[in-house]
Amino acid sequence: MASRMAGDAMLELSELSKHFDGIRAVDGLSLEVERGEVFGLIGPNGSGKSTTVNLVCGVFPATSGRVLLEGKDLGGLPPHRRLNAGISRTFQNIRLFGELTVWQNLWIARRDAPGEEAGFMRNWFGSSARIREAIEETLVFAGLAGRANDLARNLAFGEQRRLELARAVSARPQLILLDEPAAGMNREEVEDLKQRILALKGSGITVLLVEHVMELVMGVTDRVAVLNFGKLIALGAPGEIQGNMAVREAYLGSPDAEAA
Amino acid sequence: MAFYFGLLQTIGIHTLLGLSAYVLLLTGQLSLAQVGFFAIGAYVSGILTVIFEYHIVPGLFAGALAGGAFAFLVGFPALRVKGLMLVVATIAFSEIVRLFFFNLNWRVMVNGVEVGPDSTQGFREIRFYAANGWDTFDVVLFIWLFVIVVMAMLWWLDRVRAGATLRAVGADELAAQSSGVNIVAVKVTAMTVGGVIAGLAGGLYAHSATYVDHLTFSVLLATFAVAYPILGGLSSVFGTLIAVIFVQGILIEGMRFLGDWRNILFGLLIIVAMNFRPSGLLDGNVLSRIRRMIGHGKPDGGGRHA
Repeated sequence: MASRMAGDAMLELSELSKHFDGIRAVDGLSLEVERGEVFGLIGPNGSGKSTTVNLVCGVFPATSGRVLLEGKDLGGLPPHRRLNAGISRTFQNIRLFGELTVWQNLWIARRDAPGEEAGFMRNWFGSSARIREAIEETLVFAGLAGRANDLARNLAFGEQRRLELARAVSARPQLILLDEPAAGMNREEVEDLKQRILALKGSGITVLLVEHVMELVMGVTDRVAVLNFGKLIALGAPGEIQGNMAVREAYLGSPDAEAA
Repeated sequence: MAFYFGLLQTIGIHTLLGLSAYVLLLTGQLSLAQVGFFAIGAYVSGILTVIFEYHIVPGLFAGALAGGAFAFLVGFPALRVKGLMLVVATIAFSEIVRLFFFNLNWRVMVNGVEVGPDSTQGFREIRFYAANGWDTFDVVLFIWLFVIVVMAMLWWLDRVRAGATLRAVGADELAAQSSGVNIVAVKVTAMTVGGVIAGLAGGLYAHSATYVDHLTFSVLLATFAVAYPILGGLSSVFGTLIAVIFVQGILIEGMRFLGDWRNILFGLLIIVAMNFRPSGLLDGNVLSRIRRMIGHGKPDGGGRHA
């Protein structure tokens, strides 16, 4: 179990709410994701997990409450500015640039390290050995070395998932939000994903994992938060959550239902 | 020969007009404002060479800049609407421009002759080429110089990050934003670049035709501007050129014996093309086959990255 240190939150949600036509998708949610941890966010369908991700990424504005990254209020920053601030993401349904190559997908999202930013012309109309190395490295991380010039739409499903992860990584984020990355994966692919998430953690990136696949959540997270009807109903180490009765009732439902 | 030189001029000018819409289509914007920018370029450059007796080169650049400036201004409100609403808003813009020139009356005496836009009578004295002793072949070369430069720049754009970013916005705006792309900036930039190209095409058109009036800048021409890149395909700048050659060279000139019936062919062709070649005549598959044929097919598939 991760030890808690005040003021070391990578991401802080404070009384965050989002209402859609009277439906409280997220309802007064407060939680902190600590620097360097893998934080799981689970809950039944419609419990507000994806809405939370979208609020953190700035896809739509919050009805009330705040999102803070390293103590700084992100306010009404649009998504691209949040990426520059250090938040990148993947999508529940894969959203790649299908007609572009694997390389181009990564190139678009790539950011220079702070203090090493290239000038405008170099950034948009040039290239450099440094950029090529960084992208090659990301390709290797995602197991896509050698696929650089394939069109994204021609990749197999598992490869597309990995490319999406690679694209999020190539932005050099401090925090990555993974929105159901294991959806549609077989056992082997889930195991593979688990290793990659642990590798992200190893490189110092904080991970917020929204997931239905319990095997993955239990295998990689340091802490897990459970949402139901947009509210936090439980928070703790994965082992504790598994044994929590309230969670069982809200999330796992009847004994014959699958953990999904 | 004069006929073919005339046709080459038309193909060159329409290719530029089509490319101005192509840039916007890459970002997923279907704009019928291109004819408005084309008209602005035509009148601005015409007024400069006729009334102010500029050389054609600064005249054309000023027309292109004016097209770009208006495109930049149209870009912001146009961004608030998408899809069909953008089509309607951009038609409205083109009509405003057309009606402005329909009303514009600016006759002045230059070297003892009255010249300038004469509202409904049109603007009839755009004779820079003839006055400076350029023959039709010179004009063809002059126009194609611009066509080649613009095509080369757009071809090169696809090989740098800026071009990939344009296509990313066209493919998926949310994914692009989440990858750090400022889609407002990208769309306004594409609109502005499209306006510059359309303005340039307009200036070239005015000087080739020597005569322009508001009827030239109809919604029909705006439709052609977007039809070329759609018909040719967005995979490459050459798609637009091929579509223009096909439509202007074969369909309109080659089928003259059909009279006005050939307009029906144009409509039918669009329908057939949309059904059988939804990604355009020159789509990704054809391109890679061509690359392989000319021995350019590297094992890595064309070397899109620098």
